[in-house]
Amino acid sequence: MKADEKFTYETWPAAPEKQTLDGKNKFLGFWLFLGGETVLFATLFATYLALKDRVPNSDHYLAKDLFEIPLVFVMTMLLLTSSLTSVYAMYHMKNFNFKKMQLWLGITVLLGLAFLGLEVYEFNHYVHEYHHTFTSSAFGTAFYTLVGFHGGHVAFGLAWIITLMVRNAKRGLDLYTAPKFYVASLYWHFIDVVWVFIFTVVYLMGMVG
Amino acid sequence: MSTYAQKKGVGAVLWDYLTTVDHKKIAILYLIAGGFFFLVGGLEAMFIRIQLAVPGNDFVSAGVYNEILTMHGTTMIFLAAMPLIFAFMNAVMPLQIGARDVAFPFLNSLGFWLFFFGGVFLNLSWFLGGAPDAGWTSYASLSLASEGHGIDFYVLGLQISGAGTLIGGINFLVTIINMRAPGMTYMRMPLFTWTTFVTSALILFAFPPLTVALFLMLFDRLFGGNFFNPDMGGNTIIWEHLFWIFGHPEVYILVLPAFGIFSEIFAIFSRKRLFGYSSMVFATVLIGFLGFMVWAHHMFTTGLGPIANAIFSVATMAIAVPTGIKIFNWLFTMWGGSIKFTTPMLYAIAFIPTFTMGGVTGVMLASAAQDYQYHDSYFVVAHFHYVIVGGVVFALLGGLHLYWPKMFGTMLNEALGKVTFWLFLIGFHLTFFIQHFLGLMGMPRRIFTFNEGQGFETANLVSTVGAFFMAVATIVLLINVVMTIAKNKKVGGDPWGDGRTLEWAIPSPPPFYNFKQLPLVRGLDPYWIEKMEGNKEMTPAEPIGDIHMPNNSFVPFVISVGLFIAAFGAMYHNEHSWGIPVLIIGMLVVFGSMFFRSVKDDHGYHIHKEELMDDDKGGKA
Repeated sequence: MKADEKFTYETWPAAPEKQTLDGKNKFLGFWLFLGGETVLFATLFATYLALKDRVPNSDHYLAKDLFEIPLVFVMTMLLLTSSLTSVYAMYHMKNFNFKKMQLWLGITVLLGLAFLGLEVYEFNHYVHEYHHTFTSSAFGTAFYTLVGFHGGHVAFGLAWIITLMVRNAKRGLDLYTAPKFYVASLYWHFIDVVWVFIFTVVYLMGMVG
Repeated sequence: MSTYAQKKGVGAVLWDYLTTVDHKKIAILYLIAGGFFFLVGGLEAMFIRIQLAVPGNDFVSAGVYNEILTMHGTTMIFLAAMPLIFAFMNAVMPLQIGARDVAFPFLNSLGFWLFFFGGVFLNLSWFLGGAPDAGWTSYASLSLASEGHGIDFYVLGLQISGAGTLIGGINFLVTIINMRAPGMTYMRMPLFTWTTFVTSALILFAFPPLTVALFLMLFDRLFGGNFFNPDMGGNTIIWEHLFWIFGHPEVYILVLPAFGIFSEIFAIFSRKRLFGYSSMVFATVLIGFLGFMVWAHHMFTTGLGPIANAIFSVATMAIAVPTGIKIFNWLFTMWGGSIKFTTPMLYAIAFIPTFTMGGVTGVMLASAAQDYQYHDSYFVVAHFHYVIVGGVVFALLGGLHLYWPKMFGTMLNEALGKVTFWLFLIGFHLTFFIQHFLGLMGMPRRIFTFNEGQGFETANLVSTVGAFFMAVATIVLLINVVMTIAKNKKVGGDPWGDGRTLEWAIPSPPPFYNFKQLPLVRGLDPYWIEKMEGNKEMTPAEPIGDIHMPNNSFVPFVISVGLFIAAFGAMYHNEHSWGIPVLIIGMLVVFGSMFFRSVKDDHGYHIHKEELMDDDKGGKA
C-alpha cells in the first residue's frame, strides 16, 4: 500500500495511523518516547517536592501565599477542553473529514494559546508582586523549572500542530499525513495529563500548605 | 538508484558517510568514533597509572590529575563503551531479526551525530581552559565549587550525547517489536537481540533522569538556579539520587549487551545451542528490572538511614541470582560441546572467572555495613574494573573479532588476536587484582599521590606495569586492524563456519538492503536449522519484489552542529555578550532543520525487482 495513495470516505481504513509500517513505527515509537517523557516529568516532580517551600529566609513567600485557585482553575479548564477538542479532531480524522479536523485542531490551538498567555501572566505576577523568581530561592528554581518545562512543551506542541495544519492544508489526509496528526494529538494529550498532575501536586497541594 | 557498486572518490565516500541512514554504515561510524574515544580514555588511564607508579610522583599536578581522572571515567563510559556497544547493535541486531533496516533510519543517524558532537564538545575542554574535575559522578557539592568551565563542558557535552543515546534506544525498541522477519517470534530471537531489547528499555527509562539532573546542574551553574545550593534552600543530595537513578541502570545498559555477545560466542564456538535459552531471557529481563531498584547502594555512606540501606542492600544482593543463572548457563553451553578456541571464544572463557570475581566483590560491597569499610577505597576501583573491563571490554574485544568479518568482509588475524588477548588478560589482572588489597589496606581512591612508607609502593608499581601490558595489547590490536585492512582478503558470509543466526546467512558485508527476500524463521538459531537440513541458505518467506529504502539525509548532522553551537553560547553567556545570540542562533539551526525535515516530504525510494534479479552481489535471502 503506497503512503500517498488517494482515499475516499469509503476506502479510508479504520485505523489510518497504523496502516503503513512507517505509521506503525511512528505510533509505537511515540508511545515509547512518551514513556521516557513520563520519567522526565516524574523526576522534575520529585525534585519540586523535595524543594517545595525551601527558601533562604522568612522574607520569601511560600506556596500557600502565592497560588490563587481561580487563575489556575481557568488554565486547567482551558487545557482540559483543548484535549477534548483534539479528540474531536482525531474523530474527524478517522472519518476522513479533513475540514472538520482542521477546524477542531484550530480550536485546540486557540485554547492552548490562551493557556500559555495565562501562564505568562501568572509568572509575571509572581515575579513582580511576590519577588518569587527563578534565582530567589531553591523553591523558585524548582517551581519555574517544573512548570516552565511543561509550558515549553505546550509551546512546542502548538508550533508542531500549527506547522502540520499549514503544511497539509492543501493536500489533506492520506496514510502519510494521518500518523503525523495522530502523533501530534497524542503529544497534546500527554501535555494535558502532565498538567493535571501539576494542578494537583503544585497548586492544590500548595494551597493546603 | 543502483550506484552502490560503483567506485567512488574520497569526497563522495565522505559525503556518503555524513548523510548515511544505513544501519551498517552508522555501525562503522560508531565503531570508529567509539574506538577513537577508547584510545583517548586509555591514554588518560596510562597517565593515571604513571602518576601513581611511585610515591610522591609529580608527573602531573593534583589539579590536572583530577581532570584526567574525571575524563577517563566519563570518556570510557559515555564515549567509548556506549558507542562501541551501539556499533554492534547497529551492525548485527537488524540482521539477526531479518530486518532490512531499523525502524527510524533518520533518527539512527541523528543519534550518532548527537553522540559524536557531544563527545567532541566534552573533549574540547582540554583546549579551552581545562577539563571537568569533579569525578565522573560530578557530585554537586564538588562541581558547583569547580572553577572555570570544565563542569559546563561535562554538563552540555553529556546532554547532547545523552539525547543521541535516548533516540537510539527508542529506535532499537521499535525495530525489534515491529520489524522481525516472518516466524521470528520473541522466544526465537537471538540473545544479543534480547539484550539489545532490554538495554534499550533501560536507556528509555534511565536517561531522562540524567537529562533532568544535567539540566538542574546547568541551571545552577550558568543561569543562577539554586537546586543544589543549601544557602538558598537547595539540597545537594538530589544530584546524588538523580545521578545514580541513571547511573546504576547505566552499568546494566553496558553489561547486558556484553552478555548478549558472549551468549552468541559460546553457542557458535561450542557448536551447541545456548543452554537454558528461556532462563537466559528471563534472567536478562529480571536484571533489567532489578537494575532500577538498587541505585542507593552507591549512597550507603550518605546517611539515608538503616531502613533505606537495608532495603537497597537486599535488592542489590538479589541481582546475583539472575546473574548466577547466566554464568551457569554459559558453562553448561560449553559442557559437552565441541569447542573451538578462537580469539572471541578466548575472551568469552576469560570473561567467566573475571566477571564472577567482580560479582563476588559486588555482593561484598552490597552489604551496607561492610561498605562503610570499602567505600571510596581502591577496593571499589578494583570491583568496577573487574565488572566493566572483565565484562564489557572483553565483550567488545571478543565481539570486534567475531563481527569484524560481518562488518567489513575481512578476517582479523587470529594469531595477533590471541597475542592481544593474552597480553590484555595478564595486564588486566596484574593491574586490578592487587588493587583489591590496596583498598583493604586503606588506600583511598581519587588521590593524586601517596606517601612513602604506607606499604602502597609495590602494589602500585605492579598495577602500573599491568597497565602497560594492556597498552601494548591495544597497540597489537591496532596493528592487526591496519594489516587486515591492507591485506583486504575477502571472506564469505559465514567465515567462522558455525554461524547459527540470520546475520551469517547473508554475504559479508551484507548488501545495503540486507535481505533480497525476507527469510522464513523456523526456530531458534534459524540458519543452523537450515544447515542441519542440508540447505545452503535460508528459505525465503516472500517472492522477490520491490524493496523500499530510505533516502540519505544531511539534516541529522546539521541538527547536531546546531546544538554544538548553542552549547558554546550557553556556556559563555555570563562573561561574553555574544553568548545569548550564539545560543539563539544554535537553537534556530536546530529548530529550523527540524522544521525543514517536518515540512519536506521524504518518501524514500524503491529498488526494483528487476535490479535485484540482475544483481548477483545480493545474497538470496
